[in-house]
Order: sequence, then structure tokens, then C-alpha cells
Amino acid sequence: MLRFVARRLALLVLMLGGLIVITFVVSNIAPADPAALAAGPDATRDMIETVRHEYGLDQPLPMQFLRYVSDLLHGNLGRAIQTGDSVSDDLARYFPATLELVLLSTAFAVIVGVGFGILAAVRRNRLFDHAARIFAVSGVALPAFWAALLLQLVFGVYLGWLPTSGQLSVATAPPDPITGMVIVDALLRGQLGVAGEAFRYAILPAFVLALPSIAAILRVNRAEMIEVLNADYVTAARAHGVGTRRVIGWLALKNAMLPTLAMIGLRLGWTLGSTFLVETVFDWPGIGLYAVSSALASDFKPVMGVTLIIGITFMLSNLLIDLAYGWLDPRTRTA
Amino acid sequence: MSDIALDRVAVPLRRDATLRRLRFVVWTFSGSVSAVIGLMLVAAFLLLAAIGPWIVPYPADATGAMHLAQKLQPPSAAHWFGTDEMGDDILTRVVLGTRTSLWVGALITGIAAAIGVPLGIVAGYLGKLPRAIIMRVTDVFLAVPGLALALAIVAALGAGVLHGVLALAAVWWPGYVRLIEAKALTLRSEPYVEASRTMGAGHAWVLWHHILPNCASPLVVKASMDMGLAILAVASLGFIGLGAKPPAPEWGAMISVARSYMPDWWWYSFFPGLFIFLTVLGFNLLGDGLRDILDPGSARG
Repeated sequence: MLRFVARRLALLVLMLGGLIVITFVVSNIAPADPAALAAGPDATRDMIETVRHEYGLDQPLPMQFLRYVSDLLHGNLGRAIQTGDSVSDDLARYFPATLELVLLSTAFAVIVGVGFGILAAVRRNRLFDHAARIFAVSGVALPAFWAALLLQLVFGVYLGWLPTSGQLSVATAPPDPITGMVIVDALLRGQLGVAGEAFRYAILPAFVLALPSIAAILRVNRAEMIEVLNADYVTAARAHGVGTRRVIGWLALKNAMLPTLAMIGLRLGWTLGSTFLVETVFDWPGIGLYAVSSALASDFKPVMGVTLIIGITFMLSNLLIDLAYGWLDPRTRTA
Repeated sequence: MSDIALDRVAVPLRRDATLRRLRFVVWTFSGSVSAVIGLMLVAAFLLLAAIGPWIVPYPADATGAMHLAQKLQPPSAAHWFGTDEMGDDILTRVVLGTRTSLWVGALITGIAAAIGVPLGIVAGYLGKLPRAIIMRVTDVFLAVPGLALALAIVAALGAGVLHGVLALAAVWWPGYVRLIEAKALTLRSEPYVEASRTMGAGHAWVLWHHILPNCASPLVVKASMDMGLAILAVASLGFIGLGAKPPAPEWGAMISVARSYMPDWWWYSFFPGLFIFLTVLGFNLLGDGLRDILDPGSARG
């Protein structure tokens, strides 16, 4: 196991290096002159040249790359035009909200996906199963932003059950930040009312973000469960008098683990990409919304910063999933 | 010499087998509900894309004609899907958007496959150093969430449909390398491939006659799935405001504008979204059904 962990960590360093190269290349494909952009619209020729020299943009590309890497290692991601702050400060401010949303949506995906998958397998070919299968197929085809608008319409406007934008109502003072995640902070500060309200605000965006993952997890769990229920050892267990509930509960949880983990890993990239859309629709103050508003304002540095952070988050969580997988199923350690 | 002999024997046999396989495909298709639905949806959208301009009720509305007297009307007999803030017929715009979406979907999938398949074949068939280099680069790309990287590329290039297509193709090819590399790697050591190599067949002959045909079915399945996902991704960029610009009739961009007319004028965003959903669903179902048909071994659930 230790060797497996060491190898995965070495691979991670390699991947991070690759990510840095990719973002550097992408920053350099912009057709516009970066020095002219940085100097502003009214800059004279001299000013642009000064900026070019100051930023090292007159240096050859390999030198620029070294400078880029050293800036990254110092946590210097440049300055955002819109907020006027440094990109790394902005990221630190907006990232917890995104993390909270992604974690909550993963929790939804696992609970609903596993639960409904098992239920569908147990009630095979009954109405619930048919509904679950239709959802499993169509869930991944749902445009997140459209599903978000429809759910806002139904649950926010017609039924009036759930709020549709932001993290908290304007009247509520957010808890003093500890982790930056509003629900967690409110719980840590003992403000249960605020935590409840924040949770209500998070339900719709987290659910929309979870939809495709719910569909995918439901699908594998249903298939897995059907296979297990027909296996010889289950028949044997039943013959020995083990009750249905226990068979399902015990086997289901045990067997649901691996495919669910694998599915989370597979869907995570798509989930992280979809936060841009979901945060835009729900005015959720995370890095997705930050990146989109910056991109629309042709402010490039924040977008690059967000891409880096999302890339790193994705790699780290894949590492965690791989390690968990290796721990649960020793056969995968060699892969 | 062996080339000629092999070809002469293979041709009549293959024709017979093709006919039988075709009949088998039709039979299997008719057994798979999802494949039939998928095929029907895809066929319907292809038809819409082909004849759209001739069947829509108000062709002029696609390019941003203004009829402010009849703006934001609910669905009615004259306007089945209602009208937008310019008074344009939403049905017309949504139907004409089909062509854009299918085009960009096909372009992205096509470019991604054109880059990924040759790389995958080189990596899997040659192995050794080429494989190590290609697969490392591929792994790095696979380790970055595609939509996030695509957004960064579009932000660098500037908004627009063409830039969106380039950006998405740039993040889409690694999947094809992965798929084809794995397939070519296993095929390389198949007895019949080794046998034909022993009999003097060149690398090119083996690639053309053994490796490529055997990669065809997973490729078709993936391409079908990717058509749907690529259409979804382009619509997403359009929704964010980095894709097509209004008044171009693109589904994502339409919903982007329509969003500010929620909830009172719900039909404005409902119908373009429904079209995205059904198109993506169609390609997904078709891909799923094709997998069951072309690759029965993987059929599960």
C-alpha cells in the first residue's frame, strides 16, 4: 500500500507540472498583445513597451515560462481587473463556496443515487424501476443550466418552497468565517438557524449539480445490485435464514461502495466544469461565477487562476479516490 | 503474394457476412427500445437540420427581424412555442438552431477523433517510447476538467462559436487516444494479427485490415455519445455568453437571453432547452444501443 501511495504521489507531481505547462500555453495563445491589455486602453506606445519590459514579455518564451512557474510557486497569479485584488486573494475568498457546493452535491448524488439504485433493483420491472431507468438515461442529457431554470420556476416561483439565488438572504448576517463555507461555519459557531437557512439556499444548486451523477450512480448500483441478488452466495445466505432486509442492507452497502466511488471519480470532472453554469444561474458566489464574469469582461488572469485551482482540485480528489479504491480493493493497487 | 491471396478469399466471404450482420443489426435494434428511440430522435433532428429553412413558419425571424408589436406572446396557434422579446417566432429560431448545434457537435467530435485516433493507434500499435510520450501527454489533458480548460481557451481566444469549437476539440481528443490505444494494444498481440505479420504483411496492411476495422465499433459508440456531449458543451458556452452571439439562433445563447425573462415568460427558455435535452438524449440512447449491438460482451444493466 505504501509503495502504491508513493507512486501515486510521484504521478501527481508530474501531472501538476503538465497542468502548469498547459495553462502557460493557453495564456500564450491569446491573439491580443498581453502587454497592451495590461497597460490599458489609453496607453501610449511607450507605456506598452514599459509594461512589456516590466512583465518580462520581451524575454524569450522559455524565460517567460520560468518566470511564470516561479510566480506560481510564490502564489502570485496576477491581479484581477474587476475586483482590483490579487487573483490568489480572490480565489481564497470564492473557493470555499464552490467547495461547499461540490461536496454537498456529491453527498446528494451518493445518497439519492445509491438509495434509488437499490430500490429500483429490489422492485425490478415495477413502476419505480421503470421511472428510475428513464431518469438514469435522461439525467446525463439534461443541460444543467436549463434544469436549474426549470427547478427555480417550480420550487422557487410556483411552490415557493426554496430560495433561488445566493447563499443567504440579505437580511441574515453570515457567520464569521472559519472555513469560508457558510453552512459549516454557522454550525461551528453554533448558529443553527443560519445553518438551516444556508442549507435551504444550497439545496437547489447542489441538486442541479448532482443530477447527472445521481443518474450515473443510480445506474451502476441498480445493475450491481441485480447481479448480487442473483448470486449463489445470496441464495445460500437466504437458505440459511438471513432475512431479506439484512441481505439487501448488508450486501447493498458493501457492493455499492466500489462502483459508486468509481462513478464519482468519473463524473467529478464534469461536475467541476458544470459549477460554472450552476453558479451563474444561482448567483452562487464561487470561483465558477468569478471565472465567468471575468471571462465576459476579457479579464484573463482570474480565468487562468480558476482553471489551475479546478485542475488541482480534480487531481487531488482523483488521488483520494484512487487511494480509497486501492484500500478497498487491493487488486487495483498495481494498476 | 500473400496480400493477393488473402484478399481474393476474403471478399466473397466478407460480403456474405456483412449481409448477415446487417440483418442481425436490424433484428437487435428492433429488440432494444432505447436504441430505437435514440435512432428516431437523431433521425428527426437530422431531418430538421436538413429541411429546417423550408418548413419553419417565419424564416426571416432567424436573423433578428423585429416585430415588437407581438413580443413575448405565449404559445398559440400562430406561434407554437411563443415569441421572444423581439417578437420573433421561437419555433422558427429553435428549429433553425438545430443545424448549428449538429454542425458544431460533428465538428468537435470529428476534429477530436481525427487527432485522437491516429495518436492512439501509434501509441497502442508501436508501443515503447512513442506510447510513453503520447500517453503521458494524454493523461495530463485527461486530468484537467474539460469544460474548465475549454472556458480558459475561449477566454483567451475571445468569444464565438468557432473558438468554442476549437477549444472543445482541444480538450476532447484525449478520450479517443485512450480508447484506441487500449484497443490497439490488445489487438496487436492477437494471434491472427501476429499470424499475418509472420506471413509477411507490412505494418500498414495490418493497421488497415486488422486494427482499424476492429477499432470501428467502439469508435462509433464513443462518437455517438460525444456528439451529444459536445452539443451540450457548446450550448453551455453559449449560455455563459462565450459562444454564439444573439441574434444567431443558437440554443444556449437563446436561453442565456431568455433567462432574464424568467419566470413570467417561461416558454422562451423552455423550448430551446427542450431541444438541447432531446438531441443529447437521442445521441446518448443511440450510442448506448449501438454499444449493446456492436459489442455484446460489454452489455450490462
